[in-house]
Amino acid sequence: MTFEYAPAPESRSIVDIKPKYGHFIDGKFVPGKKHFATINPATEEVLSQISLGGQSDVDKAVQAAQKAYTKTWSKLSGKERGKYLYRIARILQERAREFAVLETLDNGKPIRETRDIDIPLVAAHFFYHAGWADKLDYAGLGKSPQPHGVAGQIIPWNFPLLMLAWKVAPALATGNTVVLKPAETTSLTALLFAQVCQQAELPDGVVNIVTGDGSTGAAIVNHPGIHKIAFTGSTDVGKKIARAIAGTSKKATLELGGKGANIVFDDAPLDETVEGIVNGIFFNQGHVCCAGSRLILQEGIADELIEKLKVRMAKIRVGDPLDKNTDLGAINSKEQLLKIQELASAGDAEGAQRWSPACTLSAKGFWFAPTIFTGVTQAHRIAREEIFGPVLSILTFRTPQEAIEKANNTPFGLSAGVWSEKGSRILWATQQLRAGVVWANTFNKFDPTSPFGGYKESGWGREGGKHGLAAYLKEGK
Amino acid sequence: MSFYGIVDGSESSLKRFLAQLPGVDQVGAEARAAMLATRSIKTTSKRWAIDTAISMVDLTTLEGADTAGKVRALCSKAVRPDPSDTTVPSVGAICVYNDMVAIARTHLDAIGGKHVPVAAVSTAFPSGRASMEVKIQDTQDAIDAGAGEIDMVIDRGAFLSGQYGLVFDEIVKIREVCGERAHLKVIFETGELVTYDNVRKASYLAMLAGADFIKTSTGKVAPAATPPVVLVMLEAVRDFYQMTERRIGVKPAGGIRNTKDAIKQLVLVNETAGPEWLTPEFFRIGASALLNDLLMQRMKMDDGYYASPNYVTID
Repeated sequence: MTFEYAPAPESRSIVDIKPKYGHFIDGKFVPGKKHFATINPATEEVLSQISLGGQSDVDKAVQAAQKAYTKTWSKLSGKERGKYLYRIARILQERAREFAVLETLDNGKPIRETRDIDIPLVAAHFFYHAGWADKLDYAGLGKSPQPHGVAGQIIPWNFPLLMLAWKVAPALATGNTVVLKPAETTSLTALLFAQVCQQAELPDGVVNIVTGDGSTGAAIVNHPGIHKIAFTGSTDVGKKIARAIAGTSKKATLELGGKGANIVFDDAPLDETVEGIVNGIFFNQGHVCCAGSRLILQEGIADELIEKLKVRMAKIRVGDPLDKNTDLGAINSKEQLLKIQELASAGDAEGAQRWSPACTLSAKGFWFAPTIFTGVTQAHRIAREEIFGPVLSILTFRTPQEAIEKANNTPFGLSAGVWSEKGSRILWATQQLRAGVVWANTFNKFDPTSPFGGYKESGWGREGGKHGLAAYLKEGK
Repeated sequence: MSFYGIVDGSESSLKRFLAQLPGVDQVGAEARAAMLATRSIKTTSKRWAIDTAISMVDLTTLEGADTAGKVRALCSKAVRPDPSDTTVPSVGAICVYNDMVAIARTHLDAIGGKHVPVAAVSTAFPSGRASMEVKIQDTQDAIDAGAGEIDMVIDRGAFLSGQYGLVFDEIVKIREVCGERAHLKVIFETGELVTYDNVRKASYLAMLAGADFIKTSTGKVAPAATPPVVLVMLEAVRDFYQMTERRIGVKPAGGIRNTKDAIKQLVLVNETAGPEWLTPEFFRIGASALLNDLLMQRMKMDDGYYASPNYVTID
């Protein structure tokens, strides 16, 4: 007898998806001209038609943001701005289930994650920054630090609403207004957030949302009325943005790619390490810039740990993202699936050994089984390039120094993990690692109080925590 | 002497073996247990889980006020938990104090409950504070009276002061007393061992010494069978099976009062040790109030509404 879990799907009746969406400009939804479809990546069902924003839409949004900045938002005290943020945070909590279901439908990630991680963190970011709004004199940026003006924000598809929160909450708390473009494949929760702004009676034009593709993003980046760019996405696009704003007075924070090293020493707590490895690479289908995509194992425990990891991976439940028991959902887009498949094939071709547990993948939609590659070396493409999918490259090391050298031997530097029961070793390793966030005996833990950002080609600046405020403020006296 | 070819039973060999076990990260273990608690078990799987849980209950009464009448009533309930529905399985065992074993065994046999074993708590339960002679005699008495299962307690004082050899020897001796006649369950009282590292060490100590089952608690100390404690014990039996090909059972006891809690335990088993453990042979739940909640939930699934508590019997 086996314990089969009967389907436990979360009801989608709570969400009301319109057949077509416009942009959200100056507090109102305005129809777009051209449209493109947004689909559920788990089924390829068309969910809605999204407007493709052009130059004129961006112009209008920037004008609205400028007007709101000069007429209302910059005139409000921090305390008053904070009230709006608290109100938004509370509405987000009240409508959490609606957001969770919509995010899962549009993105493909499991409802367990949207329900337990994404949406609670979204609310937490608004609550955290609401608290800062009237305390900016104490942010370590001098007396009366000033906002930049209009922030242009371009966010990715992996954590659509959470990345919106990372961008919008600090911008508003510090007195900036916003023109935000969600990712092409995941606009729906941003558009629902626009409704929350209306519900919270946020002054018109403080938050503007223009949907679209890369060309829409470029229009925002190049717009002369934008004072600050905040971008999360690929390193390639990040470099283009850096080139585009070179020579202008525009400020920028860039959160880019990563190839996080997860280092396991031979005295690690093995069972929890296995959980941490799984969470590090299979959380959100591996669509995580700070994923622990390189597992670097001390040779003495490599075989035992890989065996344990395989046993654990066989328990990963892949399937309907709306099912409350699903651990691994759909790949967000066909384009991303092709990229994962291409890099995994490169792993095969370069002689690494691929392993996946037996699992049936739906013929409809975009799916990729949880996968590990053993026998990977630093020279393999799958050890160097960001796969951004549920694919783990496993390397080994002999001495702690070698582990650090391998971990740092990458153009990226976003995240790293250290697993050991020896405190002194953890402290030593975290000092050597060139990564913006280093987790010890855990992985992929997020909190609005903690700054997040990259070394090297993983980005500029920090988001979250006190450090994240600096990106949205000019130093006062 | 050699125990599974892993230790020779000496203090030093035990210390060496236990010291090389990987540690348990408290935060990580608790996070894993909490994540598994979010599993949503519905419809057919819930029905299966309820019946499976009923068959795993060690229906327990361990009170100073226990009487022959109380124990007989419990025996009737154990054999036919719901007198109005014969499809409800019997429970896994009856768990009583030593002096009630004969009464329970006789009554069970008389009412068609030969298949329900009697488990006796032993070795100066619950504290374990008695001489070895007394503990051996205690166990022998229970077996002679018809106990098919012995739930012994370890000497927590000896364990916490690092005298692993002493704890080990006691289990080995009680194992000898049990012989082929009784299954041996070893109770750790995890609420007194406190750390998950200790729970893991105690698990291996008991398994190496010959336990058939490892059991969390006496039910007299809180916290008892918390999900992370059970998780750590399930990892231990899983890994011990890998080492020895011998499957040891796990029995959480104490604090599992309703169907939700019981199903969470079954999910822990399923996703940690594996489905091979999902039988009364390898997983038991020590409980008293739990059985009635399982019966109520079972009725609700059949009838579509919650019956009055008067429809389940109170023994």
